[in-house]
Amino acid sequence: MKEVYIASDNIITSLGFNTDRNIENMLSGTTGIRYWEDGRLSPEPFWASLVDTEELTGRFSAFNDPDKFTRFEQMAICSIEDALSNTDIDIAGDRTLFILATTKGNISLLGDGQSNLFKQEQLYLWYTARLLQQYFNFRQRPYVVSNACISGVLAIAAGARMIRSGNYDHVVVTGVDIVTEFVLSGFNSFRSLESGPCKPFDKIRQGLSLGEGAGTIILTGNPLSAGDIRAGHGFSSNDANHISGPSRTGEGLYIAIRNTLEKNDLPVDYISAHGTATPYNDEMESVAITRAGLQEVPVNSFKGFWGHTLGAAGVIESVAATYSLANNLLIKTQGFETPGVTNPIHVIDENAKKEMKTCLKIASGFGGCNAALLFYK
Amino acid sequence: MMVDPFVITDFCIIRQNRVVKNGTTLFESGETTVAGFMTAIYRHFDISYPKFHKMDNLSKLGFLAAELLLSHRNLKERYKGDKVGVILSNAASSMDTDRNHQQSISNRLDYFPSPSVFVYTLANIVIGEICIRHGLLGESTFFIEESFNPGRMHQYVYQLLEEEVIQCCITGWVEFDSSRFEAVLYLVQKSDIHPDGIAIFEPAKMNEIYLQRT
Amino acid sequence: MEQLIAQLKHEIIEVLNLTELAPESIDENAPLFVEGLGLDSIDALELIVLLEKKYGLKFGTADEGKKILYSVRTMAEFIRNNNKG
Repeated sequence: MKEVYIASDNIITSLGFNTDRNIENMLSGTTGIRYWEDGRLSPEPFWASLVDTEELTGRFSAFNDPDKFTRFEQMAICSIEDALSNTDIDIAGDRTLFILATTKGNISLLGDGQSNLFKQEQLYLWYTARLLQQYFNFRQRPYVVSNACISGVLAIAAGARMIRSGNYDHVVVTGVDIVTEFVLSGFNSFRSLESGPCKPFDKIRQGLSLGEGAGTIILTGNPLSAGDIRAGHGFSSNDANHISGPSRTGEGLYIAIRNTLEKNDLPVDYISAHGTATPYNDEMESVAITRAGLQEVPVNSFKGFWGHTLGAAGVIESVAATYSLANNLLIKTQGFETPGVTNPIHVIDENAKKEMKTCLKIASGFGGCNAALLFYK
Repeated sequence: MMVDPFVITDFCIIRQNRVVKNGTTLFESGETTVAGFMTAIYRHFDISYPKFHKMDNLSKLGFLAAELLLSHRNLKERYKGDKVGVILSNAASSMDTDRNHQQSISNRLDYFPSPSVFVYTLANIVIGEICIRHGLLGESTFFIEESFNPGRMHQYVYQLLEEEVIQCCITGWVEFDSSRFEAVLYLVQKSDIHPDGIAIFEPAKMNEIYLQRT
Repeated sequence: MEQLIAQLKHEIIEVLNLTELAPESIDENAPLFVEGLGLDSIDALELIVLLEKKYGLKFGTADEGKKILYSVRTMAEFIRNNNKG
């Protein structure tokens, strides 16, 4: 069967505007989650990982007029531009597809003060995708995956499936979400936010940190345009249990992992977990990982660095995970100190070298959705 | 003769003030509000599912369409839960509820965001509600499209069925934006299990069903 | 107190969309969570919003919340003890 390669990638977060810069900061144990007082985003102070707006605007100015594009669009465009600049793949033509993964897109336009500036259609995710399509001259109409926090992983899995089936030669997958009053207020109402940088899998974890960012992975069926890392098969499964609480038995995540392991038929050397640092999510993940027999496999969460970037998470975390895979590097779980889940999974607590051939990316989200995807070399 | 491997065995359309199943109008309502219409459907078909009343409009609509789509099918008899997928799409995502949530945070002096509203500010929650109701643990994805695109939905679902990732699929369009709403759901199964499907699972047939006058 | 309890029952039904439930059928001494009405975590959060919005009351810890939200009666007592009902 056809192999799907990763040709190029990009990460834009509080920790930098490209993959290398982000990894550098992560290796030195720097978290991007900070304390903020910003009345436009929240009446109370909050902790979050935010992209530097001034730097974003500055970088975007090199491409286009920042006054004509929303912050969301600027992030998406900068991410795609950077990824494209690092590959010789020609994205023109019918054989390239663009997939956008996002939960809320330009939702900040719903708030006061902005609704006069932009068109109403900008609120719609298909419109944003079309804007990006036109910007980069993608011939094919883009797909938009809007499936809570697993959007990114689903989008990569779908892209890989489409190349494997011969429908496309290249797929550009971009995941983006921004921190807005809309989302911050919602998570506050859930009382699921940590008062400080989040602590995945830790004993005293209280909740998640919100983050924003953009990530791009360019998938290709052409080995000549790519490095060694390949995207294997990925699957999703619904818990069919509760719309916001994860299944106690980790049912959906276990099924997604099981299907992924069966189809790819490769051992797992490292797991990039979802690890939001909420009491329930991390517990559920430890259950699912153990049920799948992977309790000895080193596992980390990147959310202590970037917070939970929602629709972008699956993509930016896959970029970091595949970077780890390519460089035989295990990056420690920022914020983790003391094991705090019932099943004793092997949480990576310091940077280390490890010879690896495969990496499993997993994610879960509201609506009871779960996804898993295997990368290998 | 080549037998098409997958068939549409059922479809359900909820649109205007009508509920249509497999070409037959099952229910017509004189209700003037959308909320009233959906509650009328719930009552007319004697549905007993108290959680229905907690759902937002998009989830209620999708739930009702799926309920009637599956009303004469016992999927559990034929399929394991994780072999039934739910692949849906719409244009407005969860915009109806998004506006609701935005409203609750628009006044700093009366600032009470509601968790039970916020949880529905994601389009895929309607998939979650359908999966919970019917015990479906298979592959699921929510796509955003400018308008119903049978070709693209078909391509995605067909591939999952062909690769046996799933053996049965609920797919279609569930849209709720202000007072504009419609749900068109298809139940797709393998033709060797179900030779008497209504139509071959192909974009042209899906489109024909979608365009049915209601 | 009984009036507050009756009022609370109506409010709980309203904010939690328990449309098919009659207020009289709620036993004010029965647990609201796990057994009894079998409410879930989102319902708990909504009840917290109700207490904040309608009665101007704020919670401390999650454990404190659990005790207060145990039953309609404990909720009413909390409101009364804070002189808000």
